[in-house]
Amino acid sequence: MLLSIVLFLPLVGAIALSFVPDDRSAKLTALVASAAAFVASLVLVAQFDTGNPDLQLTVDAEWIPAIGASFALAVDGISLLLVVLTTFMTPLIILASWDHRDRVRGYLAAFLALETAVLGVFTATDLLLFYVFFEFSLVPMYLIIGMWGGANRRYAAVKFFLYTMLGGLLMLVGILYLFGQAGSFDYQAARELSLPVGTQRWLFLVFFAAFAIKVPLFPVHTWLPDAHTEAPTAGSVFLAAILLKLGGYGLLRFSLPLFPEATQEFVPWILALCVIGILYGAIVALMQKDVKKLVAYSSVAHMGFVVLGIFALNVTATSAGVVQMVNHGLSTGALFLLIGFLYERRHTRQIAAFSGLARRVPVMAGFWLVVTMSSLALPGLNGFVGEFPILLGTYQTVPWAAVLGAFGVVLAALYLLWAYQRMFHGPLEGADNEHTVDLKPREIGVLTPLVVLIVLIGVYPQPLYDAVVPSVERVLTEMGGDVAAAGDDVVRPLSDAGASR
Amino acid sequence: MTNLLLAAESGGHAANQVVETTSGAIGLAYLVPLVPLVGFALVLLLGRRLRERSAFLATGMAAVSFLLSVAILFQVIGDPAAHVRPLFTWIGAGDLQITYDLYIDQLTAVMLLVVTGVGTLVHVYSYGYMYGDERFERFFAYLNLFLFSMLVLVLGANFLTLFLGWELVGLSSYLLIGFWFEKREYAAAAKKAFITNRVGDVSFMVAMFVIFNLFGSLAFTDVLPEAGSVLSGGQATLIALLLMGGAAAKSAQIPLYVWLPDAMAGPTPVSALIHAATMVTAGVYLMVRASSFLVLSLEAMTIVAWTGALTALLAAVIAIRQDDIKKILAYSTVSQLGYMFIGVGTGGFSEGIFHLVTHAFFKGLLFLAAGSVMHAMANRTDIWKMGGLRKVMPITFWTSLVAWLAISAIPPFSGFFSKDQILTAAYENGFTAVWALGIFVAVLTAFYMSRWFFLTFLGEPRWTAGEPIADDHGGGGSHVPGDDPTGDAPSSQDAHVTHLHPHESPASMTVPLVVLGVLSLLGGALNLTHHGPFYSWLEPVVASTEEVGFAEHGALTEPMLIVISVVAGLLGIGLAYLAYVRRSLRGVHPEVVRGPIAELAERKFYVDELYQAIFVRFGRRVADGMVWFDRTVVDGLVNGVGSLSTSTARVTRRSQTGFARGYLASMAVGAIVLIAVLLIQVR
Repeated sequence: MLLSIVLFLPLVGAIALSFVPDDRSAKLTALVASAAAFVASLVLVAQFDTGNPDLQLTVDAEWIPAIGASFALAVDGISLLLVVLTTFMTPLIILASWDHRDRVRGYLAAFLALETAVLGVFTATDLLLFYVFFEFSLVPMYLIIGMWGGANRRYAAVKFFLYTMLGGLLMLVGILYLFGQAGSFDYQAARELSLPVGTQRWLFLVFFAAFAIKVPLFPVHTWLPDAHTEAPTAGSVFLAAILLKLGGYGLLRFSLPLFPEATQEFVPWILALCVIGILYGAIVALMQKDVKKLVAYSSVAHMGFVVLGIFALNVTATSAGVVQMVNHGLSTGALFLLIGFLYERRHTRQIAAFSGLARRVPVMAGFWLVVTMSSLALPGLNGFVGEFPILLGTYQTVPWAAVLGAFGVVLAALYLLWAYQRMFHGPLEGADNEHTVDLKPREIGVLTPLVVLIVLIGVYPQPLYDAVVPSVERVLTEMGGDVAAAGDDVVRPLSDAGASR
Repeated sequence: MTNLLLAAESGGHAANQVVETTSGAIGLAYLVPLVPLVGFALVLLLGRRLRERSAFLATGMAAVSFLLSVAILFQVIGDPAAHVRPLFTWIGAGDLQITYDLYIDQLTAVMLLVVTGVGTLVHVYSYGYMYGDERFERFFAYLNLFLFSMLVLVLGANFLTLFLGWELVGLSSYLLIGFWFEKREYAAAAKKAFITNRVGDVSFMVAMFVIFNLFGSLAFTDVLPEAGSVLSGGQATLIALLLMGGAAAKSAQIPLYVWLPDAMAGPTPVSALIHAATMVTAGVYLMVRASSFLVLSLEAMTIVAWTGALTALLAAVIAIRQDDIKKILAYSTVSQLGYMFIGVGTGGFSEGIFHLVTHAFFKGLLFLAAGSVMHAMANRTDIWKMGGLRKVMPITFWTSLVAWLAISAIPPFSGFFSKDQILTAAYENGFTAVWALGIFVAVLTAFYMSRWFFLTFLGEPRWTAGEPIADDHGGGGSHVPGDDPTGDAPSSQDAHVTHLHPHESPASMTVPLVVLGVLSLLGGALNLTHHGPFYSWLEPVVASTEEVGFAEHGALTEPMLIVISVVAGLLGIGLAYLAYVRRSLRGVHPEVVRGPIAELAERKFYVDELYQAIFVRFGRRVADGMVWFDRTVVDGLVNGVGSLSTSTARVTRRSQTGFARGYLASMAVGAIVLIAVLLIQVR
């Protein structure tokens, strides 16, 4: 019941938007609906049994009994984190759009509908229901880019749509095959199937296609920079902070548990793609002239870390992969917000247009620097407590991938600090820079919760790990004893001493 | 002092016992970093309202940390052991369990005193030096942040908590090098420092991966005592060299030293505290902390020793032909860090730390004195335009004299003892060539430091009182008396013009000079003979070098080595005296050291240019190529496969209905597939 409430509150808000008299009350309605969903998700957290690795707080209702599809929802630690990330970010995104003037109701409704879709993806335990939510999430995002985007919005929107749609259709074929084998769309039933390796292999690939595009992994990432550049600020924030996590979540929820042997076979290839993505995304980010594109490419690199962790198949790395999804959501979300705030002032995102801003807008510069430091994984902030365990855990199973991936931290520092230096340091030159105004209280209000979490998680990430580790352990153990053993018990002459610390 | 002596005598030669301690000063040790952190937060949030009072707040916080550190020292003296102060978990993910525990032993106690002691003095000094700067309170916030970070670094009980401090000092350093970020070079220097250190961090991180892989833990108490029994020689070499990679960045060794000279862009108190006395010695601290790995691999030790020796040589040669009062000191710091690495690499771990301590005194003093001179000279930094300051600023002169003799290793000044003991350790452990190089560099050191001292303070003034000069050194200009501190002086593109009226600095600046002067003079008393009290004090911390397998040493005895050291220092000073004091310096080109090598030294051997060519220019070309690849090949290929570009173009051209049509079409396809499969399977 509770899960249904969390899931549908935003949608109810979206519907309610058609009955409100003016834009202002529309904004309030949207804010209230999304905030209510956040509060409900906190209740969810309170009721969640942390130590229990199972899917919990189940909702199970009849949906299409004729084909064995049911309206089934549940959460484990992995989904819980992403649910809360979603409900936390959405009110902030709406608050950040407070000055939006163009077709306000439709705009807000799209975000609320998107929230419900995404929450559905994170909680559905019926394959068909998952698929429906997964594909439905495309529509509002498509509209947000296509109707409220920049000059080249149609190209970007269609590219986004076709890319992800293609992946989705491939996955649908896989889902239908699984249905044929299990006789229902139930997730648990699919999990209990033991498919021959040959079958697993092609099923793995079709699911992987859908999720890899979503993440996005190299080389299917090129829709992302275009989508980000053209999307309005709030759209970019939602896309980076939440929508990309659908891919990582899907890999962990479906690819690993349903196709364990195939997963192991493909691990070296996937880790190679991740490492390429980490380095390649960073190097391409370095040369971007548009700061939004820079951050878009940095997402390719950062999400490469996430998938690297997930496919390291080691409790430390895989859990950290999940935690890093949250971290990336917070940091990159905050970066896109800042870029949006700057864009509203200057109507440009060309790095070369800015100079010496730290002198004129010290508060914005301060926020920007903290978020930059979080994004380049400075210890003490959230990025590090995800990235470091990912790399350390990966080293235990696939050393070369960790060593190569570690170079990503140098490159991240390079492109982020170089951009910061060009925009905020140096002399304050030109009338535009001199007349840029600092953040307003509302904008500070939007950024502050993000920065507080960036610091809090950096200093004390344990609640996140406590939630995630049991579920991840479960996934890895069920994948087969040898995997869990390889990931869990590294050759350690001093394991006793280690455990006691 | 007597306590310390007694404790050292009773300490014995055995390694430390590990004890969990939650009582006394050690029980409160978490306050040592926490107090400056609170100071940072308060000044950052309330700075605008506190204004000058931020300095008092921040300095007070530093002083509290210092007093706590003193209390901790006494507890360690009373109970010599490796104390672990348990705290809560930082990261617990599967096997990786990292705590915030603190680790306090004899080495920690020394580091705490140096960091908080010199730190507090620099806070006091900064009140006078930064007075009138428009970001005065921000400066003190950053200083407190630095103290917090550095204290985390020395207190962490595992490699990752050490790394936490390690990176946060990097952040503080970034913020403070770029403190006057309006100047492009300064901002670039800040970024260069951070990035160069990140390169070393990769090495450090991989070292941690390997350590965790072999030990299942990153805690010192799990790893260090077991190193000998767990590791093979090759593994020990690997770990030691990976750690060395991290240390080489932080402590400015070849090939990663290039950031430190540029870091002089920061305000001078920062150069004294961070880029001379404390942060840059973190690499030495790390290597000594990890001495258990080093002693398992003579190969690794040899590489460390030679890296140190070559760094010491290179930086000393460059320093001879620098003309900037701070740049000379910067290269000198690189060179002295090289000595510390010689100590670490040749088994002189305690000697390295001893030099770290005396260097913190005399190099901190030299920088603060340089700051005092710049303060007097309206931020002029060219030593060729100084001279004769002896009469104008007597306190700065006399304290500088002490520091100059200390770094030139003239007995009985502190630097003599520490440097000589490093070289003795090198010689006695069979590193004769490293020792000889070290002696040669000692001559160079005495020479370039004498040049620095003579040109600045002695001779006739090469400036005229009242001459108008362009103040091009960032915001420091705004605190020159008679100068208007308001307005946008620090940011101004065009240099700020002031009139030169050299004067002694205010008491807030001269008192720290005097304190450091006394320490530079007497610091040698910690360890007057090679195996004196300081050596014994650290003996339970550092690994025994008995089983390293050093080569036999030569025939020279310790007294002979000492004589050679002294002669080297005197020789350098004498040569500099002939070159810069006896000769008239009024000529067109008064520099005496000439020739092709000197020219190369002046150009810093074109290392920056080389790196620029390799990493920046070539790197940029590679990156440009990848951008092209991304847009045309990756994007083009995928677009082409789906013939996306054409369909997109068509959709775009047609109308708004493109979306609806595309979506409906794909939905229809999806539905048809769905129904088809269902029909087949349900049947």
